[in-house]
Amino acid sequence: MKLKDSLIALIVLAICLIWAFVDGNAASQGIGSAMRLMTPLLLACLAGLYSERAGVFDIGLEGKMLMAAFSAASVAYLTGSAWLGLLAGIGGSLALSLVHGLASITFRGNQLIAGVAINFLASGLTVLVGQNAFGLGGRTPALTGAGRFQPINLPFAETLRDVPVIGPIYSGLISGNTILVYVALLMVPVTWWVLFRTRFGLRLRAVGENPASVDTAGVSVTRLRYAAVAICGILCGIAGAYLATGLSAGFVKEMTAGRGFIALAALIFAKWRPWQALFATFLFGLLEAIANLYPNLDLGIITIPSMFMNALPYILTVIILAGFVGRAVPPRAGGEPYVKER
Amino acid sequence: MDKMPKWADVILTPLISLVLAMAISALVILAIGESPVMAMKTMVEGALGSSYGWGFTLYYATNFIFTGLAVMVAYHASLFNIGGEGQAAMGGLGVALVLLYLPLPHWAIALPVAMIGAAAFGAAWAFIPAYLQAKRGSHIVITTIMFNFIAAAALNYVLVNKLRPVGSMDPASARFPESTHLPALTDIFAGLGMEWGKNTPVNVTFLIAVLACLLVWLLIWRTKLGYEIRVLGKSEPGAVYAGISPVKITVIAMLISGGLAGLMAINNVMGESERLVLNAVEGAGFIGIAVALMGRNHPFGILLAALLFGFLYQGGGELALWTSIPRELIVVIQALVILFTGALDNMVRMPLERLFLSMRRTNGGAK
Repeated sequence: MKLKDSLIALIVLAICLIWAFVDGNAASQGIGSAMRLMTPLLLACLAGLYSERAGVFDIGLEGKMLMAAFSAASVAYLTGSAWLGLLAGIGGSLALSLVHGLASITFRGNQLIAGVAINFLASGLTVLVGQNAFGLGGRTPALTGAGRFQPINLPFAETLRDVPVIGPIYSGLISGNTILVYVALLMVPVTWWVLFRTRFGLRLRAVGENPASVDTAGVSVTRLRYAAVAICGILCGIAGAYLATGLSAGFVKEMTAGRGFIALAALIFAKWRPWQALFATFLFGLLEAIANLYPNLDLGIITIPSMFMNALPYILTVIILAGFVGRAVPPRAGGEPYVKER
Repeated sequence: MDKMPKWADVILTPLISLVLAMAISALVILAIGESPVMAMKTMVEGALGSSYGWGFTLYYATNFIFTGLAVMVAYHASLFNIGGEGQAAMGGLGVALVLLYLPLPHWAIALPVAMIGAAAFGAAWAFIPAYLQAKRGSHIVITTIMFNFIAAAALNYVLVNKLRPVGSMDPASARFPESTHLPALTDIFAGLGMEWGKNTPVNVTFLIAVLACLLVWLLIWRTKLGYEIRVLGKSEPGAVYAGISPVKITVIAMLISGGLAGLMAINNVMGESERLVLNAVEGAGFIGIAVALMGRNHPFGILLAALLFGFLYQGGGELALWTSIPRELIVVIQALVILFTGALDNMVRMPLERLFLSMRRTNGGAK
């Protein structure tokens, strides 16, 4: 049981070690890039974790991130402050969360259809408003200086650089990331603690498994689910803001490029658990980094095209969903609107 | 007893949803400093004001009829097939392989063969999610989303590495042979001595799509299989009790659904571009969701909803051409239609039901 749970972590570690052994320089570059590519995935994955653990399926992660990326980039450009951009990003994403909550909690509609609608709403509105505001075909102007989150160099990063093994890991991977990367990493233990060590977390998980029991205990199902959907919105907001103001310098039409769905895949891969979410999103970040560095990965016997690497997260998720390698069972009340008995 | 009369359920709720979606879209247009009235006029003139506009409107509608029917058939088995996009893309691959590698002397022979290719590839792409749902309980919404992305990657690979003609930079297949080109409706009209829809892509596939509506209606409401699909959709234990195998019906419903989505390729790949290009589906698979919801999962409703979306699509293009409103406006309208008809259905329905109940009471009708 223990071994099975840490399987993803072991696979990730194995890939990193083999890579470092074959080509050390490329590996440290690639693993650093994987960290940055992981960040939006991890935040969105944890966002989905809160929502789905509370019984609200969310296939609108993509749209929320996209909306956040656009609002963050626009406000960061207009005010010159990445922090105000971050706030705006969270606001944009929360607005869509409210729509999702209204549809799937208050009006007991189909959560999946609401998610589809949110994705299209974000995809259309961002270009519509962006074209009107900036006239660049849906892009925002490039962000510079304080409009972007800058890398933070941790203490001793320079002095330790030449120390073997620890040096490249500390100064190349751990140091020199933007603050949002650390926020994302910090969110993993925080999420674990909130979900498994607090009363709120217990209730939140209960509402995703058996809402009637929570209701019987005199706790509002509606309020709990709204809280979960709101947390989901905040995390998607940070994820989108990181995409537009950390990873790149500005918003580009459809810039999330399926990341919301990869995060969803990672969530299933992680079986709705926070630490596994970290490993799964890192694995998917690593796959993306490898596909970027080696468009045609030559393994000697066979050459793997980059399209295959890009599709690998989806293929792996289908295999996991099929239950051939450890079964992924979603929260039991997921997808069901709660109807109080009358 | 129903809370409201059937006509209100079938006509009024989708109409109110549409009006709400349009009203919010109008507000969005106002917010970006344009006139909604002007926008509507441009769209109507561009899409319906000439036979040229109609030609495009009907062409788009043809795509949406197929994808809408695909969503509908799965929906009646209470399966949400969100993978129309990938299934239609695979259908395109089927059409391309058939037309490029089989010697087909005339379009009338090429058409049925290509239809088989399109439907077979689309159905095959729906098979794995269907099988996993039926046998392993893997959620079909997630697997079909994943299969959309896998299809996109696979098509990208095939077009760049296999089907691309030597020396071409464009990730697209070679042109299909001249003999397999489908007659456009404008040619048919020209044959009858009338001038209609010059240079528009609408072709005989439109007639096939209308026929498909009829056939799907017959299938769902007039055959044993359709009955079994609907029973499964209403209640799985009920289906088991009636001796219907949920595994079998789930797989069959999804195969039909995938096949219908695949058939769209006859229109866009064989009829319009006459070669397979990257991203040929252009989101039509997702619009199928809006069309099916708007059309209340009935073929006639889907026909009307597909025409509406064909109009929006063509009108949106005209809007982008003549005004400063980008064509993404139609994506917003599409999102709002999905939101109101699909997810916020109760918001529209509950006040209506209350209204009808109170009307019935004041009219003195018993109970």
